[in-house]
Amino acid sequence: MSMQDISRFRFTDGKPNLRRYHQARWDEPVIFELSQAGERGVLVPEVEVAIEAAGHDVLATLPAGMQRKDAPALPELSQNRTLRHYLRLSQENLGADFNVDVGQGTCTMKYNPKINEQLARAPKMSELHPLQHEDTVQGILQVMYAMEGVLKEVSGMDAINLQPRSGSHAIYANMAIIRAWHESRGEGAQRDEVITTIFSHPSDAACAKLMGYKVITLYPDENGYPDLEAMRAAVSPRTAALIITNPEDTGIFNPRIREWVDLAHSVGALTCYDQANANGLMGIARAREAGFDLCHFNLHKTFATPHACGGPAVGAMCVTEALAPFLPRPRVVQDGQRYRLDMGDDRSIGKVSAFLGTASIVLRAYAWVMNLGADGLREVSEIAVLNNNYMMAELLKIRGLTAPYAEGHRRIEQVRYSWAGLAADTGIHSDEIGIRAADFGTHYWTSHHPYVVPEPATIEPTEAYSRADLDEFVGIMRHIADEARQDPAKVKGAPYNCPIHKVQGDYLDDPARWAITWRAWQRKLREHGAA
Amino acid sequence: MSNKPRVYPYIPNSVPEVKAAMLAACNARSVEDFYAEIPAALRMIQPMQLPEPMLSEVRLKQHVERIMARNTAANEVVSFLGGGCYQTHVPSICDEINGRSEFLTAYAGEPYDDHGRFQALFEYCSMMGELLDAEVVSVPTFDGFQAAATVCRMAGRYSGKRKVLLAASVNPDKLSHIVTYGRADLDFEYVAFNSDTGQVDLDDLSARLDDTVAGFYFDTPNYFGVIENGPAISQRVKAKGAMLLTGVDPSSLGVLTPPIRFGADLVCGDIQPLGMHMSYGGGHGGFISSRDEEALVLQYPSRLFGIAPTEVPGEYGFGDVAYHRTSFDKRENGNEFVGTAAALWGITAGVYLAMMGPKGMQELGEGMMKRLCYLKQRLASLPGVRLAHGSSAHYRECVVNFNRTGKTVAEINQALRARGIFGGHDLSETFPSLGQSALYAVSDLHSQADLDALVDALAQILQGQTA
Repeated sequence: MSMQDISRFRFTDGKPNLRRYHQARWDEPVIFELSQAGERGVLVPEVEVAIEAAGHDVLATLPAGMQRKDAPALPELSQNRTLRHYLRLSQENLGADFNVDVGQGTCTMKYNPKINEQLARAPKMSELHPLQHEDTVQGILQVMYAMEGVLKEVSGMDAINLQPRSGSHAIYANMAIIRAWHESRGEGAQRDEVITTIFSHPSDAACAKLMGYKVITLYPDENGYPDLEAMRAAVSPRTAALIITNPEDTGIFNPRIREWVDLAHSVGALTCYDQANANGLMGIARAREAGFDLCHFNLHKTFATPHACGGPAVGAMCVTEALAPFLPRPRVVQDGQRYRLDMGDDRSIGKVSAFLGTASIVLRAYAWVMNLGADGLREVSEIAVLNNNYMMAELLKIRGLTAPYAEGHRRIEQVRYSWAGLAADTGIHSDEIGIRAADFGTHYWTSHHPYVVPEPATIEPTEAYSRADLDEFVGIMRHIADEARQDPAKVKGAPYNCPIHKVQGDYLDDPARWAITWRAWQRKLREHGAA
Repeated sequence: MSNKPRVYPYIPNSVPEVKAAMLAACNARSVEDFYAEIPAALRMIQPMQLPEPMLSEVRLKQHVERIMARNTAANEVVSFLGGGCYQTHVPSICDEINGRSEFLTAYAGEPYDDHGRFQALFEYCSMMGELLDAEVVSVPTFDGFQAAATVCRMAGRYSGKRKVLLAASVNPDKLSHIVTYGRADLDFEYVAFNSDTGQVDLDDLSARLDDTVAGFYFDTPNYFGVIENGPAISQRVKAKGAMLLTGVDPSSLGVLTPPIRFGADLVCGDIQPLGMHMSYGGGHGGFISSRDEEALVLQYPSRLFGIAPTEVPGEYGFGDVAYHRTSFDKRENGNEFVGTAAALWGITAGVYLAMMGPKGMQELGEGMMKRLCYLKQRLASLPGVRLAHGSSAHYRECVVNFNRTGKTVAEINQALRARGIFGGHDLSETFPSLGQSALYAVSDLHSQADLDALVDALAQILQGQTA
């Protein structure tokens, strides 16, 4: 046979062809179906003779009815069979390490450096008990204190607390501070409203409601900026706070944000900045200069810690000096070369997490910052913004896709696009594009509800992707848009290359058929005569 | 841009030539064009003042390791710390699975591209369901504190009542969180504990129960390690039409009755003991469970993953159950709020439960109780040392009182540290009524030699011997 140039078939006009991807499909049983009576995955240490003798009747000392007589019906599997099961499931899962994960806009999917993972999994981190004496945890306290210092610099705020375990959790904790602040000034009852915008995260509204506030949601003006006239009409002595993102989830920076903040302050309200969208602004613009009283960062977004299928995470709270006494307790303080935990006073909102939150995530974020430094953090933001604007330019060449609002303006770190044009032409909706995109090995999400932008797609390329990666994603979108016009049934029939096909979603909203556990599924099958 | 062009390993497009080409491709002269919307008054003028970076991986590693070397890890000593975070053996497979990139770096994929995440979390919920005897288990919340706080709110919504009774024998930090979290919609009242037994004071409970009470929240084992009389509590709470809200240590359920069997309506807790390292409090995740009743299920704020067929016979599919409950769907009109929580620990706890199986969980629980029983007997033999709730049954931990030793817990713990032992958590500030008391926890890691070493060290310390 003659020598063949393989790569000739893999490129067209110098660019790679669309990836012929297929995710692993294992038809893996539910773990209970793998159970074999008597198998063991791990043995627990035996109890020594003296201990056995001392405790031989310990179960008899239990209060009546408190002893379990039957063993829990957990599956019984050997170690290697358990491992194989979970590794197969892992292959049926698409992590950011595997795909150009720019389609999960608002979530800032970045590279999670492996060295940070090694450091966080070392016993000097993983085997620390949170109630150890301060003298024995000076290392992690130093890291937490230093990370607070970094966040002070990035935000311009005066005091930081790392206790919340997610961004939404930090929003809640900031809202609890807002309530405590007004109560400390005798205005707790008077101030019962919080103003937010529809392009801010749903948790901003939800956490305000949780803390007892009536929520006023403002919509954008015709240019896509939050409507300042509506804000003027909304503020009053009843306003407890404004909570807003900037840029909002559209990716448009609101240049009049200072006016918003000043307007809220003019009626005695606090201003809270949801900085989930901060990735394009490090070293560029801060909460401090915009006049905010509180803000938060998601360390799992902006500071590159793993998203971990949805946590564990850290939401860092940042506040001005006046609000510092209200932060959760304890706070890490420095006395000379020594670090200790300060319990504060009764103004503190107390605890929002067990112990000090997710310290191992703080360590990862610290390592990330220490690798990059001030110049590196600014580079992160600048490249994220460059990637975003490059991608916008490329994506908008696709017929049927637009970027509503602020026509001709640049965006910060993400864009909320609209496939309304394509949907009108072809009947293909944004969520269907997302499912078809999975056939090419990439993840794509539409946006939070409600869909103010019709047929939305929120794309956030971050700094972690190369030009070739971005071109690949654009190529997938272009291919699907072309397919929608030429063969819409093909798009509607997706997915083809995933572990499973379309789920019968009506089961999941029907109390007679939904099953949140295997035992509920077995019962309902029997009740429906299907087992 | 920085004056010194530098290529960063985590930032592919930091290569100057690529940057220039991309700027040209989107008609920008410089990155400043993209920031044109940001008014000058909002721009940072000075560069951020941060420490000099450790640009190479090796220097970064050395830097962080040197700082962390200032810690003494619990595995370098013998530790008796508990109080809500527990040192336990983490089977190697747990770390292997939660370190896999596919799980570690995934986030919010659809049931198609993240089928494995959905199935792994469904299986976690299902195995927890076997442990808890419950048909509904939530995906992990932030931690057990959050689960308890949410359980109280769920009871308020379900019952339409504002008053929630809280057992004073719950971890005080957890109580603090519950109250801050619920206060806008709930009124809280505390139920005393019996100072002799450490159990809920049933008379005080009865006196506080009336038809305005949404529910009563208590933990078993409670903060003192004391196992409550669940059926007796339940009988009183149910008689007044209130909901029974119970926190439980899931590691105990191989030997202790799942609270749903004595009438608990909502059961919650923390999965940290099920295969998570302590990580200075970073290994926590909460669970909430209940019977499968529509009105109750609709109160959950978190995501609930359910199983369903796909359009191809023989395939298991998964998806969100009753998504319209959530703030993702309804913003402030959904239940509480939902977002990133602790999913990876849920997957890990599933691996742990599958590895342990029914026998493992039984042996783990029995071993814990027997070790504690042995330790209690040996400690009680020390002069001046007294068990605070000596007549009660304990799981995993117990309160040890040193009032009659003439030494404070702080002094004793300092002397223990000098001998390579982390003594029990000092309760003298949070529970002054207990005097000089400490909370001592055992685990599957403790051998008889470890327990004997503690007792011998205490004997020496109490006799005034130095290390």
